[in-house]
Amino acid sequence: MADIVLDKVTKSYPDGTIAVHGIDLEIADGEFIILVGPSGCGKSTTLNMIAGLEDITTGELRIGGERVNDKAPKDRDIAMVFQSYALYPNMTVRDNMGFPLKLAKLPKAEIDKKVGEAAKVLELTDYLDRKPANLSGGQRQRVAMGRAIVRNPKAFLMDEPLSNLDAKLRVQMRTQVSRLQKQLGTTTVYVTHDQTEAMTLGDRVVVMRAGHIQQVGDPQTLYDKPVNLFVAGFIGSPSMNFLPATVFPGGLHTPIGDLPIPVKDNAPKDLVLGIRPEHFEDARLVEEALRPRGFEFTLPVDLVESMGSDKYVYFTVEGGKSDLASADLADLAADAGGADLPDQSGLVTRLSAESRVREGADARIWLNLDKIHLFDPSDGRNLTLD
Amino acid sequence: MPVKLKWGLLDALVVVFAIVPVLWIVSLSFKTTATLTDGNFIPREWTLDNYRTIFQTDQFVRALVNSIGIALISTLIAVVLGTMAAYAISRLDFPGKGLLVGVSLLIAMFPQVSLVSPLFNIERQTGLFDTWPGLILPYITFALPLAIYTLSAFFKQIPWDLEKAAKMDGATQGEAFRRVIAPLAAPGVFTTAILVFIFCWNDFLFAISLTSTEQSRTVPVALSFFTGASQFEDPTGAISAAAVVITIPIILFVLFFQKRIVAGLTSGAVKG
Repeated sequence: MADIVLDKVTKSYPDGTIAVHGIDLEIADGEFIILVGPSGCGKSTTLNMIAGLEDITTGELRIGGERVNDKAPKDRDIAMVFQSYALYPNMTVRDNMGFPLKLAKLPKAEIDKKVGEAAKVLELTDYLDRKPANLSGGQRQRVAMGRAIVRNPKAFLMDEPLSNLDAKLRVQMRTQVSRLQKQLGTTTVYVTHDQTEAMTLGDRVVVMRAGHIQQVGDPQTLYDKPVNLFVAGFIGSPSMNFLPATVFPGGLHTPIGDLPIPVKDNAPKDLVLGIRPEHFEDARLVEEALRPRGFEFTLPVDLVESMGSDKYVYFTVEGGKSDLASADLADLAADAGGADLPDQSGLVTRLSAESRVREGADARIWLNLDKIHLFDPSDGRNLTLD
Repeated sequence: MPVKLKWGLLDALVVVFAIVPVLWIVSLSFKTTATLTDGNFIPREWTLDNYRTIFQTDQFVRALVNSIGIALISTLIAVVLGTMAAYAISRLDFPGKGLLVGVSLLIAMFPQVSLVSPLFNIERQTGLFDTWPGLILPYITFALPLAIYTLSAFFKQIPWDLEKAAKMDGATQGEAFRRVIAPLAAPGVFTTAILVFIFCWNDFLFAISLTSTEQSRTVPVALSFFTGASQFEDPTGAISAAAVVITIPIILFVLFFQKRIVAGLTSGAVKG
């Protein structure tokens, strides 16, 4: 067990592309940290550099206080779980899990004991003599985990370990991974592109984009106080709504109406307004005391999705997204595959289950003005943070 | 059902097409000289004389030894070199990789007959003419492209993640290759070995041009030097018997390695 420190670590390739731009990150001993971002953001490259599978171009990587830049993966004493599991197909589950111990030249009795223990934790005892081909996806995933935990490494690296499982199993395994990590208390770096996994698993989450770290923080901080437009849009599901806004004396002019909120003097004239779906409510259901702190508007309802506990209600806003131009939003749209969607702006709201709004009819919606975010479209900076 | 029947008929046709000439040779090899040309598919008089004849001549036995030795050595060297080259080509990015692949393709396309005269002269000058190495060398040259192509296709099927996983598990590059990659590449290696062996075993062109005595003459060449008991007698029966005998090592070779060519050996390594 050890801490991992990335000190201005950069990865560039001979053709000049830079995958990771001098990132600084300190991962404490025993911490569960998540690297999250859209594909191509450099998260897997960062993980591979920690593993030693890719060279570090400049900067320093320290594991347990010791510089390991030039150490081979086998000398770093860290274990990795691959997205593809990478089980050895010619070996049984027992041999797969025992392979790292065998390479470490441990006596056979001890290998058997450790493999047995790990198999018990992962509920694989009945499958020890099977080959990977005869296992289900979830079992293979557990064998891959088992191979990592048998030898008590300084750290675990996980590269999207759950992305090949079906949705239900993924949720199950997510809990298991989290429990296992707490139980073992081993420093863990986990890469994913799934923000739900990032939010639920990590002690801290690192949001990356185009080789840069955007924000590091615990999940709640990222959700409540995103430093920029990209983080705001990436974290949260359904994601934050963005609308164009123009400053006028006394408030903000937006497609849903003029919001009576003060804007800092140094803010640019054109802004991006960000509102999370749960900060809307059916106006009829809002308590009297809260009412003055919000803003009410009326829009025709496009679609109602009832989830039982809440209702997701979708609206179309005239003059919405088409007026927004921002690199952050373009990246987010590309990640969501939204670049192909017709250019119209939707508003997603999460209302109470008691709401009586109907598709096709107009709905009176209340918006909590305390919770809105304002972003500078030129650099994506969140202007509502102090 | 009709579809199945159609396929069955087609399969039968292919099998008959392939096996009739072989059976014909077998039939000829058991006929006596007198009934050789009677046109019967099943010999009316069975005899083992033809087999006795060929094994009594030193010429054939010696050629058989030459053939087996030369083919085995060539196969071994070509497969070992081919494995290393194919691994490098499929896994590493090194300067001149494109050139290497291109040159080996070029060799494979080169008409062998155009090389016979220069090779004949070179080998006579260097003293390789009519020796085992004199045949082994050109066989390796022409078997290598075949080996490299077959093997690199196999290596490409092996997920690279396995090698990375082995390294993370504490293996050196060598251990990762020996304990993880090589066992998985085994079916490819055996397939290649069979193909290369058959290529060397069947060669006639180099064998007849680069040998002059029974010191290094291989079986296909020795067959062409067979003579009858008298100059008026055709050695058809003996040639047939020899042809049957030289297919046996190939059949054994294939049967032996076939067990190891288990399709789908890599299944279960990665998702899916």
